Amino acid sequence: MGLGRRLYRGEIDVDFVGKWRLWYSLSGLLLAVSLAGLLINGLNLGVEFKGGTIFSFKSSQASVEQVRESVLDQGVHQVIVQQAGTGGWRATTESLPEDTRAQVQSEISKDFGVPLDQVSIQAIGPSWGGEVSEKAWIGLGVFMLAIILYLSMAFEPKMALAAIVALIHDLVITAGIYAWSGFEVTPATLLGFLTILGYSLYDAVVVFDMIKEVTAKLGHTSKQTYSMAANNALNHTLIRSLNTSLVAILPVAAILFIGTTVLGAGTLKDLSLSLFVGMIVGTYSSLCVATPLLVTLKEREPKYQAIAKRLASTGGGAKGAKNSKKAAAAKG
Amino acid sequence: MLLALFLALGGTMFLQQAYTPKLGLDLAGGTTVTLSPVTQNNAAPPEEILDRAVNIIRDRVNGTGISDAEVAKSGDNIIISIPGVGQNEAIKLVATTAELRFRQVLAMEATQAPADLATNAPTPSASPSGGKSDEPSASDPAKPKASEPVRPPASPSAGAPQPSTSPTGKALSSALVAPTPSTSAEPSATQSPKGQDKRGTKDGKSTPAPSDEPSQPPAEDPNATGINTEGIDPGVLAQFKKLNCADPANRGQGVQDDPNKQYAGCESDGSFKYVLDVAKVVGTDIDTASAGVRQGTTEWVVQLDFKSKGAGEWSKLTTAAYNSQEPRNKVAVVLDGVVITAPNIIGPIPGGRAEITGGFDQASATTLADQLKYGALPLKFNRSSVDTVSSTLGQDQLQGGLIAGLIGLALVVVYCLLYYRGLGIVAVLSLVVATVITYTSVVVLGHNAGFRLSLPHIIGLVVSIGITADSFIVYFERIRDEMKEGRRSLRSAVEVAWVRARRTILIADAVMFIAAIVLYFLAVGGVAGFAFAMGLTTLIDIVVVFLFTKPFIALLARVKFFAKGHPLSGLDAERMSEVGSTGRTTTPQEA
Repeated sequence: MGLGRRLYRGEIDVDFVGKWRLWYSLSGLLLAVSLAGLLINGLNLGVEFKGGTIFSFKSSQASVEQVRESVLDQGVHQVIVQQAGTGGWRATTESLPEDTRAQVQSEISKDFGVPLDQVSIQAIGPSWGGEVSEKAWIGLGVFMLAIILYLSMAFEPKMALAAIVALIHDLVITAGIYAWSGFEVTPATLLGFLTILGYSLYDAVVVFDMIKEVTAKLGHTSKQTYSMAANNALNHTLIRSLNTSLVAILPVAAILFIGTTVLGAGTLKDLSLSLFVGMIVGTYSSLCVATPLLVTLKEREPKYQAIAKRLASTGGGAKGAKNSKKAAAAKG
Repeated sequence: MLLALFLALGGTMFLQQAYTPKLGLDLAGGTTVTLSPVTQNNAAPPEEILDRAVNIIRDRVNGTGISDAEVAKSGDNIIISIPGVGQNEAIKLVATTAELRFRQVLAMEATQAPADLATNAPTPSASPSGGKSDEPSASDPAKPKASEPVRPPASPSAGAPQPSTSPTGKALSSALVAPTPSTSAEPSATQSPKGQDKRGTKDGKSTPAPSDEPSQPPAEDPNATGINTEGIDPGVLAQFKKLNCADPANRGQGVQDDPNKQYAGCESDGSFKYVLDVAKVVGTDIDTASAGVRQGTTEWVVQLDFKSKGAGEWSKLTTAAYNSQEPRNKVAVVLDGVVITAPNIIGPIPGGRAEITGGFDQASATTLADQLKYGALPLKFNRSSVDTVSSTLGQDQLQGGLIAGLIGLALVVVYCLLYYRGLGIVAVLSLVVATVITYTSVVVLGHNAGFRLSLPHIIGLVVSIGITADSFIVYFERIRDEMKEGRRSLRSAVEVAWVRARRTILIADAVMFIAAIVLYFLAVGGVAGFAFAMGLTTLIDIVVVFLFTKPFIALLARVKFFAKGHPLSGLDAERMSEVGSTGRTTTPQEA
């Protein structure tokens, strides 16, 4: 049977929990690489964070050189010219006073035969980026607190902790990818980062819900340790997790495709790129980080230690999650 | 219930004949200005002050006659949305503080003019003739905010302005006398005094050869020594000495003047610096302001009517100035910390009217009048971002967003059908229902609650397709679980699975909703719109799953095609690997 078919029939049984060492070291490595990237390369902050002016217009007859000259003629010191989609142009300069902005606008209009009101201007003050990122940090903090509270109530504090750690894991790795790749970070990217939070948790919540249901039945007589039960639950929701992630990533991929090919640089691309990267990382972490972490935390509880001990001594599925299949089969 | 919702939304759309959503400026084209308050230590300004600022800005925007503009608060920021482009004047108008103060001049000094300043503002206005300010500025001045005198509003003749002759009591002084002459220390030659210069130029009667000017030593105005320091606060005097008006930073936005203290400030073009007394008359003393052309001239002026208290103060202030020695016979009109004009007062001005001249053109006079009329902003603001989107760029983005949405939707539909077969149809129909509800909600909100669809909204909606679809997936997988156990009929499996799936869906949606709320209230700019879309679709998701998907599946469970597990239904036995077949039989429920 092919993998797809086995997946479809729910016959897949991957030992996510038992391989925790592998996942932890993989994630540890990824985190280290990401942090190194952040420290060495830093993030490539967009003009929105540094302050500056962006002129956008459409013209089929312009070239990068022409646009550059046309803008620099107006007493502008720095300009980055980008092509944005088909016939679209984007010239990014330092912060310009209002008069200069108007001059550049009319010069572009004249040089490339674009009506004046078809030259878009985006002017960002130098303090704006600081404000955006400050708000983002506050938002992040409040969000995490709210989630910890909510998950502690809906589930339990250890699940909340595991979910939050997985979430920070996702954010750091996504940021690391941005640092190494040099993708530009704009407010739209931040927006994407913040949304990843929701997704990353959404997936973890569904998995945890199943784990909670399964492990609630664990008692003195049960034949499964917490790890085994959790792994079972994880496998059980695996199809759903993969389906969900795929279904979530498909529209994002569509936006990324359109944003990159048709429109070029801009909000659409920035946002969907960070979502795309974040969702992939998020899917990995909800399977391979959140649950193993939860298990590590829970197995320390006396109740589950007792079960593990008992099973170990009787040999009934002693070797942890790996034997879950056997144990289950024995029962079934 | 769902039907009721449909009818309500659809009915509203029909009644209002509104079938398309209102578009935000990033899609329709227009200018969006974000104003951030400038406060000490970056402390958040009190809510009520921000609200007041919003109201004043709204009045000002409406006063300009721009239709459909919007002013809204977003966190500590104020966001102004103006449709169409090329409204630079309007943007300037709405964002400046417009704190007007009338202060008696205590001392003044010409700036060491840098070369360029000297060249364009140089006129030997020294001659008292320049003083014929009444002169209608035959040649329309560019738009120099020179310190032109405050003039009697109804001064009889353009030619010879005798304060005494001004017919009505409301006339105010006109500063015909060039500031210079009387002070001994100030050789008339040095008069670079801007005000007169400008006037001179305008009048065309002066002999402005710019080139002469630099040669004159107006720069080092000797009167530094001649300042009468009596009554001047030493601290302010020190500031005055240090003040460099050639630096635009000292006369731009962000200059603060405390009305209850003496103040050292610059003329708007940097030509003079002043020590000014405490403000005796302030903007709030103004009853109304209007822009007009001074009678018998082509010169634009701003006319002020004071409230009764203000009129009394104004009368006192002008009387005091009238009785003082040069340069204390001038009253400076200070706008946002910058002196826009400082005319001589030639007589007390009772009657509560005044007229400000200052080389205005129609636009600048109207702007100032509007600012004064609607009141000063209680806060200073930075224009932290100005975003002008042309209509074509907006269309491109709208198109891109919609195409992306359609592609995304199509991919999800194809996937659902391939994977879930018959059940996939339920998913697709549910998505269609969700899309219709979302669309009608957006339209209805747009026409009734001022909701404008912008790019972040569209992205939020597209991204949310995944969330909505996920609810179905959770439910379907649960049904399949129940079926796999093999001990249930489809009909009971649908019910049992629902109880379990419902809880998961609610918890997961709650997490999304918390995310949306936190983002909405704490984020800036487009983030709020995105969060709004996310929150909206999360709610719609719950509505659809509860009111459509679940009942619909329950209905299908009675249909033979599904109940018997037809291979295309997605519920067939073979696909379920039901009990008895090889492989794993454990389900978590059995653990």
